[in-house]
Amino acid sequence: MDFNYTEEQLALQDTLRRFYTRDYPFEHRRALAKSADGFDRSAWKAFADFGILALPFDEEFGGLNGKAVDAMLVMEMLGRGLALEPYVPTVVLCGGLIRDAGSAAQKAELLPAIAGGELMLALAHYEAGARYQLDQVATTATVSGAGWQLDGAKAVVLGAPAADRLIVSARDGKGISLFLVDAKAPGVSLRAYPTQDGARAADIKLSGVQVGAAALIGTAGGGLAVIERAIDYANAALCAEAVGIMSALNEVTLEYLKTRKQFGVPIGKFQALQHRMADMVIATEQARSMATLAAVRVDSADAAERSRAVAAARAYIGAQARLVGQQAVQLHGGMGVVDELNVGHYFKRLTMIGLSFGDADYHLGRFSDTLLAA
Amino acid sequence: MDLNFTAEEQSFREEVRNFLRARLPAEISRKVLGGKRLAKDDFVRWQKILHSQGWGASGWPAAFGGTGWNAVQQHIFDEECADAGAPMQLPFGLKMVAPVIVAFGNPAQQQRFLPRIIDGTDWWCQGYSEPGSGSDLASLKMRAQLVKSGDGDHYVVNGQKTWTTLGQHADWIFCLVRTSTEGRQQEGISFLLIDMKTPGITVRPIIMLDGEHEINEVWFEEVRVPAENLIGEENKGWTYAKFLLGHERTGIAGVGRSKRELKKLKEIATKETAAGRPLIEDQRFRDRIALVELELMALEITNLRVISAEGDKKRAPGPEASILKVKGSEIQQMLTELKMQALGHYALPWLDEGLDADWDGDAAMPAYADHAPPLSGQYFNVRKTTIYGGSNEIQKNIISQMILGL
Ligand SMILES: Cc1cc2nc3c(=O)[nH]c(=O)nc-3n(C[C@H](O)[C@H](O)[C@H](O)COP(=O)(O)OP(=O)(O)OC[C@H]3O[C@@H](n4cnc5c(N)ncnc54)[C@H](O)[C@@H]3O)c2cc1C
Repeated sequence: MDFNYTEEQLALQDTLRRFYTRDYPFEHRRALAKSADGFDRSAWKAFADFGILALPFDEEFGGLNGKAVDAMLVMEMLGRGLALEPYVPTVVLCGGLIRDAGSAAQKAELLPAIAGGELMLALAHYEAGARYQLDQVATTATVSGAGWQLDGAKAVVLGAPAADRLIVSARDGKGISLFLVDAKAPGVSLRAYPTQDGARAADIKLSGVQVGAAALIGTAGGGLAVIERAIDYANAALCAEAVGIMSALNEVTLEYLKTRKQFGVPIGKFQALQHRMADMVIATEQARSMATLAAVRVDSADAAERSRAVAAARAYIGAQARLVGQQAVQLHGGMGVVDELNVGHYFKRLTMIGLSFGDADYHLGRFSDTLLAA
Repeated sequence: MDLNFTAEEQSFREEVRNFLRARLPAEISRKVLGGKRLAKDDFVRWQKILHSQGWGASGWPAAFGGTGWNAVQQHIFDEECADAGAPMQLPFGLKMVAPVIVAFGNPAQQQRFLPRIIDGTDWWCQGYSEPGSGSDLASLKMRAQLVKSGDGDHYVVNGQKTWTTLGQHADWIFCLVRTSTEGRQQEGISFLLIDMKTPGITVRPIIMLDGEHEINEVWFEEVRVPAENLIGEENKGWTYAKFLLGHERTGIAGVGRSKRELKKLKEIATKETAAGRPLIEDQRFRDRIALVELELMALEITNLRVISAEGDKKRAPGPEASILKVKGSEIQQMLTELKMQALGHYALPWLDEGLDADWDGDAAMPAYADHAPPLSGQYFNVRKTTIYGGSNEIQKNIISQMILGL
């Protein structure tokens, strides 16, 4: 066993930490969240320079051949920095999906472009009324000429407003298939909006969207397994992001307990709050362990092992993140509920992580179902 | 023991219901039930309607226009109003400053201020907290210095209040101010009524996590306040403020509102589907609803027990108010959390326009998402309930120290 990061990993962590301290302070982030794009294009360029956009791809395609543990390290830092950039949609979800299921030609075309920061993608999979069930797809793909025609609607597609291309899941005669669709293609319409945590998403309508034969990713009807894997990766990444946020919240809260004075003493002198803070630290350490487990296991070739670990981590971290987020706010008193301080924004992001790609109950269900199988 | 309402209480409930059906404007109740943004005028209009019925200030003594209802009737009234979607009667004038004016104000102050509170003319806000004085309120610093002069004695006020709820609409603010720095902190505090139009007052918005402007900072710079606006005696303000804490119990638990929101939660969980089945059929989620319902059932009875015992003067003040505050606030938070969770993906969008009264859905989104826009914001907003009004930690300190003697 080895729980240490390598020199290289530590260097990357350092780079990102410096970037967020120097180039992406909270005030900058706050302004970005209100801007038209909702994120920082120069940060995206910097990400390309740091290599994190190339992280999960083979060297052959301009990648760094990183593992999920590398993604964990990156996500933890993006969590701390309250990154608004659509890293998970573009790199983790879509990049991972193309890496795992794309044809040689698709990989050669798309992965270097993602790595270089020139291409943004979003996964248009979930649909209204289906909650988090991955096999619920009503969007259809019908054969049309040499390609397909796509019709349907997708709900709350994260990162869609910035995406150049979408990966759309649709049901054809065989099952669920995945298609690469130009975001500006005729028949694609976006209802874009900000999300509670300051990021961007969109509802998407597809009416008579024509795509060619080359748009199919993977095999016709073979999309579900690919999506499950990509979403497991996204969930492992979100676990790490949550841990980054929880650590940051603990730091700002601890600092607040030491500096905020009431009744003539720092409020950290009150034992009720000392114990609360101790609970937050315990929760965060436990969450870190589960995020690590998820990061290591998500690379497993065994789909059952992979999913079980990710579900376990999301279910467990959901409860810990809730405790840390709520208590960080509580311990800040009125300052916890204002828009001006980072604590509230960490809390909001943490809350939204808990509701993305399955909530804690959904993942608990996934995990507890495996008890029956065992 | 009898947990049933009496026949008179039942018919009182009927009377309230009929009144609400006839007089609560639909455009207001729609906003309240839909979680829309309320305008100042919605509150004021409703207060005027209540007043015209003689129900403007149910908790006041009859001599000042109160209804003379007992605590159970008061509870029934609150519950029915909440259920029908009436805006809450803001407490600052009616339940906070008015009882102090009644108990400690002079007749001139009573005549001047009370009628304008009950008929909705004056909007009051509460100026207690300061940046350095939250839980430790008695440490407050805002200075009021008495200046004797020929054209009437007055106080000169300098300092800052903060977290002032809806102060942006206020005509008046009641403040705890420091009039002495000698002796114990508590003994140098006075209770002063200040006209918000007085020169030297600046109100600055504080935006909360839901993006809404609900609270403010209020700055005072050389603000001249006539000495006649002092309540009671100088340096006795702390006693008056504490008097309020011991008396304001009904309504603190928010049972009526939470019952309404529980109903709403069930409604949402019925509309939301997961793979074709209503969310409420998902046992994991249904159990969560059930657990909040249990909390609320218990709180409702606790609340009734407390207010039924209200008349019993022999009893020393107990931990009741703190229990109601702690449980009431936690239940409100649990309910908003579950409503948000019920939305699934639609907990994420931030649709500011969704809080506008005339917004009735977004054509580009599924119809069932129409109830979504306010709900995540509500979750973020009501984190406040365990912080304000004496944080829940402070409430537990009160129980353990003042009541249990630990
Ligand atoms: C939305 C909102 C509306 C408000 N409206 C008004 C208003 O209209 N008028 C007004 O005057 N005030 C208002 N307040 C202020 C409110 O009463 C204070 O926020 C509250 O008293 C807490 O003070 P604080 O925010 O300074 O937190 P602090 O007192 O600094 O507390 C920080 C943390 O320390 C804890 N703590 C403090 N002392 C102790 C202790 N002895 N033991 C254990 N824990 C302790 C607290 O519980 C909290 O968790 C409002 C607040 C909010 C959030």
